[in-house]
Amino acid sequence: MSCDRWQEKIDVYLDAELPEAEAHELEAHLHDCSACSSEALARSEMKRDIHLAGKAFAPSPEFRRRIQASLEPKRTHPAWLWAAAVGAMGVAVLLIVLGPLLLRREVPRERLLSELTDLHVTTLASANRVDVISSDKHTVKPWFQGKLPFTFNLPELEGSPFELVGGKLTYLDQSPGAELLFAVRKHVLSVFIFKDSPELDRALANAELMHKLSFNIESWTASGLRYFIITDAGQTDVDDLRARLVAAVQ
Amino acid sequence: MGRDRDKAQEFEQLAMPLFGPLYNLAQWLTQDRSDAEDLVQETYAKALKGFDSFQPGTNFRAWIYRILRNTFLTSRTGLKATASLDDEEADVAAPATTDTPESLLLARADHDAFQRALQQLPVTHREIILLCDVEEMSYREIAEALAIPIGTVMSRLARARKAMRQLLQQWATGAHS
Repeated sequence: MSCDRWQEKIDVYLDAELPEAEAHELEAHLHDCSACSSEALARSEMKRDIHLAGKAFAPSPEFRRRIQASLEPKRTHPAWLWAAAVGAMGVAVLLIVLGPLLLRREVPRERLLSELTDLHVTTLASANRVDVISSDKHTVKPWFQGKLPFTFNLPELEGSPFELVGGKLTYLDQSPGAELLFAVRKHVLSVFIFKDSPELDRALANAELMHKLSFNIESWTASGLRYFIITDAGQTDVDDLRARLVAAVQ
Repeated sequence: MGRDRDKAQEFEQLAMPLFGPLYNLAQWLTQDRSDAEDLVQETYAKALKGFDSFQPGTNFRAWIYRILRNTFLTSRTGLKATASLDDEEADVAAPATTDTPESLLLARADHDAFQRALQQLPVTHREIILLCDVEEMSYREIAEALAIPIGTVMSRLARARKAMRQLLQQWATGAHS
């Protein structure tokens, strides 16, 4: 097969869409043909450059909040007007009955956030902030192997202001998790990853953006894992790092 | 009411993680911040409204990208951007002739050059490159998002990349146009 035919397939190969048999043949050809292999290298670099250059625009935090708010179930049902007419009495009774229940729902969340904030602050105050010190994700990720009952992907940081500092093992409610430390300019961000559980879910339902002692906290779930970012860095940085972590899962 | 609430919550859980990437694509398509916000807002409104028609277990990402894209295509900017591209699929079988060695030239292209090149590409080329290389969608997912057959995904992608390489090459050799 001439090189022209192969060169057409290089992109498909780099997109991981070439059937296995053909991919093997192409690999063998690349091994022997320097023209095609330098072409493949250039194209894979181009693919990577586009990947980085293409992530050019981030939504403003204000816009994110607007969209988030637009997804909340509407409360301006006409029935509400009717309910109001029926009397504040009914509402008051409901509040008396449900109030303690709602409060109790708030308590686990508060406790959880306090605990995570404490973990973050303890790390910052510690002389040995992390147990595996490396900015290389290929060093940090394997370190957790065998220490955690799950695995996770580290985000792509190339071209970003973030730097991976390292990681260590941590515990929340007796279950083990990973604490990853990232630096952005002078700020430090802790990323906690735990196995998601119904308890965590219940405590954190709808709590996407939180603040505790003026730390920014964000939490979400992906692939059965519960992620937290805690930091004194600004919302834009939190959003950016979150997006990178989310992208790493996919 | 409870069911609606669950539905809304489920939608939020699926849709909010895609908020950043959808916005990024929207701004690449519209080339304007406020148009991009309008586009994303309309996409979320339509998707939430039509969420009942989404089949659980199928690809949500492709589904919502498709909504974003259809919304864009029927918008003012979208109609303008795609008006001249009707005959685009005509030369599907055109072989990708090998250009002069590109390795050296491409190595010198910088971050800005890639962004400028993406901006200059016709919108159908820009979007398919972004879906493949930035969103890292599979060909199947792209086919779903763009509502075209996989064969067309491959040929269009090849054409788009070739156009992008040619742009970068022109610049690298100093032939600014």
